[in-house]
Amino acid sequence: MTRFLHSFMDFLRLLGHETVNRVWRLGYGSRFFFAVLFRSGASLTRGRLILREIWFSGVLSLIIILISGLFVGLVLGLQGYEILQRFGSAGALGTMVALSLLRELGPVVAALLFASRAGSAITAEIGLMKATEQLKAMDMMAVDPVARVVAPRFWGGVISMPFLAALFSTMGIFGGWLIGVVFIGVDDGIFWSSMQASVDFRHDVWNGILKSFVFGVAVSQIAVFEGFDSEPTAEGVSRAITRTVVTSALAILALDFVLTSFMFRGIS
Amino acid sequence: MNRKALDLWVGFFVAIGIGALLFLALKVSSFSGIQMENTYQLQARFDNIGGLKLKSAVRSAGVLVGRVTDIRYDSEKYVALVEMHIDNRYLFPKDTFAAIYTSGLLGDQYIGLEPGGDEEDLADGATVLKTQSAVALEKLISQFMFNKASEGQTAPP
Amino acid sequence: MQAYRLLLLSGLHQLRKFTVDDHLVSIENLCFDYGGKPVLRGIDMHIPKGRVVAIMGGSGCGKTTLLRLIGGQLRPTSGQVKVAGEEVSALGLAELYALRRRMGMLFQFGALFTDLSVFDNVAFPLREHTDLPESMIRDLVLMKLQAVGLRGARDLMPSALSGGMARRVALARAVALDPALILYDEPFTGLDPISLGVIGHLIRRLNDALGATSIMVTHDVHESMQMVDYIYFISAGTIVAEGTPDEIRASRDPFVDQFVQAKADGPVPYHFPAPNIAADFGLTMDTGALA
Repeated sequence: MTRFLHSFMDFLRLLGHETVNRVWRLGYGSRFFFAVLFRSGASLTRGRLILREIWFSGVLSLIIILISGLFVGLVLGLQGYEILQRFGSAGALGTMVALSLLRELGPVVAALLFASRAGSAITAEIGLMKATEQLKAMDMMAVDPVARVVAPRFWGGVISMPFLAALFSTMGIFGGWLIGVVFIGVDDGIFWSSMQASVDFRHDVWNGILKSFVFGVAVSQIAVFEGFDSEPTAEGVSRAITRTVVTSALAILALDFVLTSFMFRGIS
Repeated sequence: MNRKALDLWVGFFVAIGIGALLFLALKVSSFSGIQMENTYQLQARFDNIGGLKLKSAVRSAGVLVGRVTDIRYDSEKYVALVEMHIDNRYLFPKDTFAAIYTSGLLGDQYIGLEPGGDEEDLADGATVLKTQSAVALEKLISQFMFNKASEGQTAPP
Repeated sequence: MQAYRLLLLSGLHQLRKFTVDDHLVSIENLCFDYGGKPVLRGIDMHIPKGRVVAIMGGSGCGKTTLLRLIGGQLRPTSGQVKVAGEEVSALGLAELYALRRRMGMLFQFGALFTDLSVFDNVAFPLREHTDLPESMIRDLVLMKLQAVGLRGARDLMPSALSGGMARRVALARAVALDPALILYDEPFTGLDPISLGVIGHLIRRLNDALGATSIMVTHDVHESMQMVDYIYFISAGTIVAEGTPDEIRASRDPFVDQFVQAKADGPVPYHFPAPNIAADFGLTMDTGALA
């Protein structure tokens, strides 16, 4: 009985400790977020710094985004046709493919891929710079690491994300078209016109872009924070990378729910 | 990675990104559909609008001629007041008939305009007087059941 | 004429005396706790301009912490650190950065920026802090690289450098802005004897050529003895011995003796504090049982 009580007390203690730790990290993370925003001046006026990071997080993620987008589109085309033709509305294939990509799959899947490709790389880069004392060296050279290292990576990610999501959706629609029109034989004109008739620029395309922008901010912020906050050892950096991918995925899906319930309430 | 190659890659990335956005805006969405500037406004009152929504289509002879821009409840006459914008290119006679239809069995509801024979056309801000409400499936069914039931009663044993 | 020369000499003497008395770094009664555990306890140091000073002690004795305190990366629990007359812990970020522009620091393993070439690494402080045209930056960088003998390695990436070469590039980077104070964190760790000699020689030569002051944290006794002006020994957070290399060699202090002669046991015990050995192995010191 006493043993049970003891382990129960230990559990409570652990729970309390973990909770306090989480709340502390949340506070520290928020403070860090504002520090990054306030110290972005230097990186925003020196375009070359951000250019390098767009290359790092945008261009290097291009291949995986394009290929995944194509495959998601192919699957949507197949499944969509299979379901829609049961109701005799195979003509709505274009609408289905476009709406599901623009509203949800484009921003969400592109952000998940971005988190695992670019987010983890950003965390690894900053974490290793910390582990090898590069950040401290920079600080001792009177160069603010948050302004010089963190802020450009953050903005590079934020800028890249909407482009990547748009490219993902475009490739997906192309994939859906390929399956639907080229292989299955849905009418080309109906595919596009049904799509154009039901896809609204502001409600569907613009909201999708807005979503991907929010995801870009969230993933980039998580990635730079985990890197900056990582324990300066090989093990600490690898744990930070894992945390980046896991936290990003959770943040993307939770934010997606919140954004969707705001954006698409009352319409259609 | 030297600077020139980096600039080239980033430039390429941004260019195809903007290309994708333009594709989504122009080819995929109805951004290029009815221009909202070149429209005139019509109103119509319906007893029941069914599942009509904002931005629902307004069609005549199956052709998209405008969109629903506002739906309000008229608390004096206890009916729905629907406002729609019609493309300037299309004019309709004063005795045009407006009805709410459903595209297909389960599709979206839209307003169908059936032109009458009047000499004069509906002007901007005019009201379509002759309307027919959405067909409520429940009403149809209950009517049908009622008829059947009364048939059964009146039939001689 | 004679009188004039005398006057000049006494003037020079005055000047010399002034510069010698003018401490670039002075540390008074410095204490630092980490997580409630005292790391440094009452350190006093006065380092004049132009000197190369070594701070020695075993691993984990707080000497790197001391370096961090001088560079303003940590704040003391009590006491003060003054660099060039300014109290480091009282400075705001902008003032601290202004002070750090006059400091150079060499990190233990160089801490070169792995995504930049050797040239760009050395150019980094120049590009960040000056608006010099690229041609002038190029000349300055090549001069610094020439000083450490690596002008030919300018296009290599840090991953292609040996440990000694990386340390030399880092040294060129640390002195890129001609600092008044150069801090070295374990500059000799992990180097082969040749590189070690090269780095030691460079530290001395750069210090004298730049008219700078150098503080070096190290546990390499023999290399440092040959090149420094003054040595502080730190153990358990306090200064246990200090003096010029000759004084240190002549010292009879047991700690210095153990450290310099590399003896396994002494004031720094070989054994980590442990319970009585007999009790630990379950033996009773009962003579009857032994017999």
